[in-house]
Amino acid sequence: MASTADVSGLTVLNGPPEQRSDDAHGYYTPAPEKLVDAKAPTGLIKDRWTTRKMDNRLVNPANRRKLDIIIVGTGLAGGAAAATLGEAGYNVKSFCYQDSPRRAHSIAAQGGINAAKNYKEDGDSTYRLFYDTVKGGDYRSRESNVYRLAEVSANIIDQCVAQGVPFARDYGGLLDNRSFGGVQVSRTFYARGQTGQQLLIGAYQAMERQVAAGTVTQYTRHEMLEVIVVDGKARGIIARDLVTGEIETHLADVVVLASGGYGNVFYLSTNAMGSNVTATWRAHRKGAYMANPCYTQIHPTCIPVSGDHQSKLTLMSESLRNDGRIWVPKNKEDCTKDPRDIPEEDRDYYLERIYPSFGNLVPRDIASRQAKNMCDEGRGVGPMVGDFRRGVYLDFADAIARLGEDAVREKYDNLFDMYERITGENPYEVPMRIYPAVHYVMGGLWVDYDLQSNIPGLFVTGEANFSDHGANRLGASALMQGLADGYFVLPNTIRDYLADGPFEQVDEAHPAVVEARTSVQERIDKFLSIGGSRSADSFHKELGNIMWEYCGMERSEEGLRKAIDMIRELKAEFWSNLKVLGTADSLNQSLEKAGRVADFIELGELMCIDALNRRESCGGHFRAESQTEDGEALRHDEEFAYVAAWEFGGEGGQPVLHKEDLIYTAIEMKQRSYK
Amino acid sequence: MNLTLKIWRQKDAQSSGSMQSYAVEGISEDMSFLEMLDTLNEQLNERGEEPVAFDHDCREGICGSCDLMINGQAHGPEVTTTCQLHMRSFSDGQTITIEPWRAGAFPVVKDLIVDRSAFDRIIQSGGYISVNTGSAPEANSVPAPRDKAMRAFNVATCIGCGACVAACPNGSASLFLGAKITHLGELPQGQPERMGRVASMVAQHDAEGFGGCTNIGECTAACPKEIPLDVISQLNKDLRDALRAGY
Amino acid sequence: MTAVATSTLVRGARASRSTITLKIMMAGSGALFILYVLAHMYGNLKAFSGESAFNEYAEHLRELGQPLLPYSGFLWLFRAALIIALVVHVYAAVVLWKRAQAARPVKYEVSKRRNSSFSSRTMRWGGLTLLLFLVWHLLNFTIVKINPTGGETNNPYQLMVDTFGVWWMTLIYLAAMAALGLHLHHGTFSAAQTLGWTNTAASRTRARTAGWVLAVVVAGGFSLVPLFTLFGVID
Ligand SMILES: Cc1cc2nc3c(=O)[nH]c(=O)nc-3n(C[C@H](O)[C@H](O)[C@H](O)COP(=O)(O)OP(=O)(O)OC[C@H]3O[C@@H](n4cnc5c(N)ncnc54)[C@H](O)[C@@H]3O)c2cc1C
Ligand code: HEM
Ligand code: HEM
Ligand code: SF4
Ligand code: F3S
Ligand code: FES
Repeated sequence: MASTADVSGLTVLNGPPEQRSDDAHGYYTPAPEKLVDAKAPTGLIKDRWTTRKMDNRLVNPANRRKLDIIIVGTGLAGGAAAATLGEAGYNVKSFCYQDSPRRAHSIAAQGGINAAKNYKEDGDSTYRLFYDTVKGGDYRSRESNVYRLAEVSANIIDQCVAQGVPFARDYGGLLDNRSFGGVQVSRTFYARGQTGQQLLIGAYQAMERQVAAGTVTQYTRHEMLEVIVVDGKARGIIARDLVTGEIETHLADVVVLASGGYGNVFYLSTNAMGSNVTATWRAHRKGAYMANPCYTQIHPTCIPVSGDHQSKLTLMSESLRNDGRIWVPKNKEDCTKDPRDIPEEDRDYYLERIYPSFGNLVPRDIASRQAKNMCDEGRGVGPMVGDFRRGVYLDFADAIARLGEDAVREKYDNLFDMYERITGENPYEVPMRIYPAVHYVMGGLWVDYDLQSNIPGLFVTGEANFSDHGANRLGASALMQGLADGYFVLPNTIRDYLADGPFEQVDEAHPAVVEARTSVQERIDKFLSIGGSRSADSFHKELGNIMWEYCGMERSEEGLRKAIDMIRELKAEFWSNLKVLGTADSLNQSLEKAGRVADFIELGELMCIDALNRRESCGGHFRAESQTEDGEALRHDEEFAYVAAWEFGGEGGQPVLHKEDLIYTAIEMKQRSYK
Repeated sequence: MNLTLKIWRQKDAQSSGSMQSYAVEGISEDMSFLEMLDTLNEQLNERGEEPVAFDHDCREGICGSCDLMINGQAHGPEVTTTCQLHMRSFSDGQTITIEPWRAGAFPVVKDLIVDRSAFDRIIQSGGYISVNTGSAPEANSVPAPRDKAMRAFNVATCIGCGACVAACPNGSASLFLGAKITHLGELPQGQPERMGRVASMVAQHDAEGFGGCTNIGECTAACPKEIPLDVISQLNKDLRDALRAGY
Repeated sequence: MTAVATSTLVRGARASRSTITLKIMMAGSGALFILYVLAHMYGNLKAFSGESAFNEYAEHLRELGQPLLPYSGFLWLFRAALIIALVVHVYAAVVLWKRAQAARPVKYEVSKRRNSSFSSRTMRWGGLTLLLFLVWHLLNFTIVKINPTGGETNNPYQLMVDTFGVWWMTLIYLAAMAALGLHLHHGTFSAAQTLGWTNTAASRTRARTAGWVLAVVVAGGFSLVPLFTLFGVID
C-alpha cells in the first residue's frame, strides 16, 4: 500500500510519525495498516484543487434530475450545498430538526469570516491564509485541504455579496474587514456581531429559491436517526418526523451529512441546545470513521455558570480582551469580596504577568487554560458551582478611565447589555466575570479530499467532518469552511461519484432498509419502555460534568481512565433507569433528547479513549504528562503527526484505531511560543 | 422565588387545548425564562406528567426559535427574545400566563409550539436574489453606498421569530415582510428583481392568511431586533411602484 | 415592464389584488375625505358670519364651475367622487376587517398593549360610528331634511340652528366629532404610512404630528358651530 509520504516529485518536510507511547493500551485495537486518503492529490500545492476539479467527471445535465441527493443539515455547509446542487439540477432532499432551515446553529456565529482578498494590500495571500490556518491548527490538519480552503475563500465573499449579504462597508461603499484572533493581516469580513446570521440567511434564501424551483424539497422538524447502507454504499436515511412521530425512509443515490458539531457532549457549551452527534454517530456505528474526536475548542470569554440550573453558555466576543484586563485576587480570602474593594496590589493580572509580550491577547487556548488554573488554585470568583468558583474578572475600569465611558460604550455597548441582561450586573461599574466554555469541535467524521467518508456515497461537510482545522481552530475559519464545503468543494467532488449513477434502485423492502428501520423503531420503543426514574437531561448533565472535568481543557492519563469507567457506568444506568414520558407517535421532546443523550454517552467514551491515546499537548488540549519545564504545552510531532480515525468496534467491542499520517510539503512544522 | 404558571396545553394540532395551572418553586432570578420552564419540566417528569413542549434552540437570541406569549406580551416584558428574558424581570409570587403565538397562519402544533413554515413560503416566493453559485462577480465591483448598506443590515437582522405577527391585532406579518423587502431593496444587487419580488411576496403573505396592516405599531414594539416601522412604509411604497409597473 | 429575473415567483401574483392595494385604496379615499371635511368645516364656520353669508356660500357651491358645468354640476361631480370613495373605503374596510378576524381566530387569555394608540385600535369601530353618523347627517341635512323642532327645512342655516338647539342632537354631533377626531388622528398617519411616505423616523414623526393637528382642527372646528348654537351665540 502506498504511503502517505509518497507525494510525487516534492520535497517532504517531515517524516511519518512513529508513536512510542501507548496510554490507551487495552482500550482499543490498532488497525494493521496506515489509513491512506486515496483521493489525496499530488503535485504543487497551488495546483492540486484545479487539477482535481478538472479530473473529476461530469454529470450530464439531463441525468441530474434523476439523481437524488439527501443532505442532512441546513447550516452553512448543508444550506449552501442544497442551494448549489439544486441550481445544478439535482433532486435534493434537505433535512433539519428545527422548524425552519434558517435556524441552523450557524446562525449564532458572531465574529466574522476569513478570506484572502488582500483588499488592504497588507501582504495577504492564499498562501498566507493557508499558512496561518495550518499553524493555528498546531500542524494537525491536512495541508491539501487547508490550501483549498484558502483558495476558495475569496469566491465565498463574491458569492455572498451577490446574494445580498450586508457585510460592513467603508465610506466609499467598498467592503470593510478587520483583523481577528492575533493574525497580522486584515482579512476578516463581518456583518457587525451577526456574521453567521447574515451568511446563513444568504444560504437559506438561495436554498428557498430552489425549493420554489422544485429542485430542493425541505423536510423541517425531521431528525435523521440512521443511515441506510446497501451493498457498502450509503443509499438513504431513516428520519423521524418530529411532529407526527412517523418513522420515514428516504432513499437516494448519495447522502451528505452536514449536521454540525457535537460540543454539547459537554452539556454546557456555546452550541445551540439541539446540536447533537446523532447523525454522525449513527453513521459511525454503520462503519464511518470518527477522526480526532477529542479535539475540542474552548473559548476563553464566555459568561460563567451561575448555578445548577444553567442550560447553556453564552459567548462574549473575544474583542473584549482588547480593552479589558483579566485578573483574579492574589489571596483566596478576597474571592468573595466586592472586586472594587480589592486594592491594586492584591490583584493578580496573571496573563500580563506570565506572558508579558502578549498579555491579555494570548491565543484562545492559553487564555482558557490559565483561567482554569487560577480557579483550580482556589482563586476563582463569582458563585460557587460545585467545589469551585468558576470565573475570573475582565475589568474595564482602566479602559473607562483611559478612553472615557462613552468610547467604551460605543465599542462594546451591545455586549455589555447582553452581559447585564444575563447576569444582572452592570459591567460599567463592576468588573465582568468570564470563564472558558466549549465552543467548537475540530473532530468529526473522517473524509478524504473529496469530503467522502470511508463509506462510499456518504459525504460529510462543515463542522461534522474533521477536515480543516487540525487541533485548534482560528477565529473566523469555521464559517469559511462551512461555505467553502457547501458552495464550492462538495458540488465539485460529489459529481465524480454521481457520474456512475443513477445507481440501482433500492426497494424499501431491501433487508438493509428494513434493518435500519427496525433498529430505529426498537430504539425508540426501548426509550419509552425503560420506565426508570431519571430524565434524559439529568444523564446529559452528569455526562457533561465528567467530560468537562476529565476531557476538557486539561487531561491526564489517570483522569481519562477514571472518566472512561464513569461513562461506562453512566451508560449502564441510562439504559436501565431512564424515564421518558409521552408517546412515540407525537411531538415528544423528551424522546428526542433521550436519543441524543444515548449517542453522546457513547461518543464521550470514544473521546476519552482518543484523548488518552494522544499523549501530547496540542491545540487547546493540555495533556498534563506533556509539558515544558515552565508548564507550557508540548507537542510531539515525531509521535503524533497523524489523524486518529476510529472505527466502531461493535456493541461492547473496542474501537479500531486507523492512523493517517500528516505529511507536509509546503509548510514546516514549528512549536508555538507566546512568552 | 415561587410562581404560579398558567400554561396553554394542547396535545396536538387536532385537539383543542386549555389553560393549566402549575406551581413552581425554588426559581432563581438568575435563571432565564426557559431555564425556569426546564425546571418545571423536570418536576413534571418526576411527577409522571408530560413536560410542556416549547420551541427553542440557540438560547442566545439569534435563531428565532423561541416564541412565547408571556402575560400578554410577545417574548415577555423586555425588548428581547424569550430565551434572553431572565427571571429577575418577575417578582416572587407572581402569576405568569404563557400562551403560544396566536395567528391563523401559525397553527398550534403542540402546547406552546406553533408552525411558522408560512415564513419559509414567503421567502420562497421571492425573498432572495437570484444568483447561481459560481456566477458572482468580484465582490468589490459593485460598491454599495454605506448608508444604504447600513440600513439593509439593520433590517436584515430579523430573526424570523414571528413576534410581530403574534403582537399584531390583525395577525399581519407586514414587519417581517417589510424587513426582507427593505433588506434586499436597499442593495444594488437587489434591484433587478425588486418589482416582481414585492408583488410575489405580498401575494404569498396574503395567501398564507396573514392580516393586512392597519399601522398599529404593536409589531415593532414586540420585535426583539427592533425592526422599525419604516420597513412597512417601504413595503407599501415598493408595492405601489410594482402596481405602477404593471405587476 | 421589467423582465422578471426569476422563474420562481408566485405564479399570477397580482399586486392589485393584495391587502396592500386595498389599503392604498383606503388611504386614497381617506385622503379625499380629509380634503372634503376640511372644506366642509370651513364652510360651516361661515355660520359665524350670519345667515346670509352661510346660505350664499351653500348657493355658491352650486354655482361653482358655471357656465362650463350646469347648475349644481360641480357639486354633483364632487358628490359622485365622494360616493365612489365611500363605497371603496367601506368595501376595503369590510374586507380587511374580515381578513384580520380570520388571521387571529383565537384570542389571547391575557393581552397587553405596549405601543399602540387608542385611535389605531378603534379605526374599525370609529369608522362604523362615522358611517352611522353620516346616514343620520344626510337624512338630517340633505336627503330628507329632518328638522327636529319641526321647523323650516329649506333654509340650510335655519335647519342647522334648529337642529343644534336641541341638546341631544348636539350631543350626537359632538360624539361623532370625537369619533372623527380619533379616526383622523390615526388615519392621517396611517395613510402616510400606507402611501409609503414615512420611510424615516423623522417623516413618521411628522405624519403623527399631522394626525394630531388635523384631528384637533377638524374635530374642533366642526364642534364650534353646534356648541355655539346650543349656547345661543349663533341663532
Ligand atoms: C456562539 C458561536 C459563535 C461562533 N462564531 C464564529 C465566528 O465568528 N466565525 C467562525 O468562523 N465560526 C464561528 N463559530 C463556529 C461556526 O458557527 C460553526 O462551526 C458552523 O456554523 C457550523 O456550521 P455547519 O453548517 O457545519 O453546522 P450547523 O450550522 O451546526 O448546522 C447543523 C444542521 O444540521 C441539522 N441537524 C443536526 N443533526 C441533525 C439530525 N440528527 N437530523 C436532522 N438534522 C440535523 C441541524 O438542524 C442544522 O440544520 C461560532 C460558533 C458558536 C457556537
Ligand atoms: C364613512 C365611514 C367610514 C368607515 C366605515 C371608515 C373605516 C375605516 C377603517 C376601518 C379604516 C382602517 C383601515 C385599515 O387600515 O384596515 C379607515 C382608515 C382611514 N379612514 Fe376611514 N372610515 C370612514 C370614514 C372616513 C372619513 C370620513 C375619513 C376622513 C375624514 C376617513 C379617513 C380615513 C383615513 C385617512 C384612513 C387611513 C387609511 C390607511 O390606513 O391607509 N375615513 N377607515
Ligand atoms: C357639526 C358638524 C357638521 C355640521 C354643522 C354640518 C352641516 C352640514 C350642512 C348644513 C349640510 C348641508 C349643506 C348643503 O345642503 O348645502 C351638510 C351636508 C353634508 N355634510 Fe355636514 N356637517 C357637519 C359634519 C359633517 C361631517 C363630519 C361629515 C363627514 C364625515 C359631513 C358630511 C356631509 C356631507 C357628505 C354632506 C352632503 C353634502 C352634499 O350635499 O353633497 N358633515 N353638512
Ligand atoms: S420582524 Fe422582528 S418580530 Fe418580526 S419576525 Fe423579524 S425579528 Fe421577529
Ligand atoms: S402591529 Fe400590525 S397593523 Fe401593522 S404596524 Fe404592526 S403589522
Ligand atoms: S432560542 Fe434562539 S432566539 Fe431564543
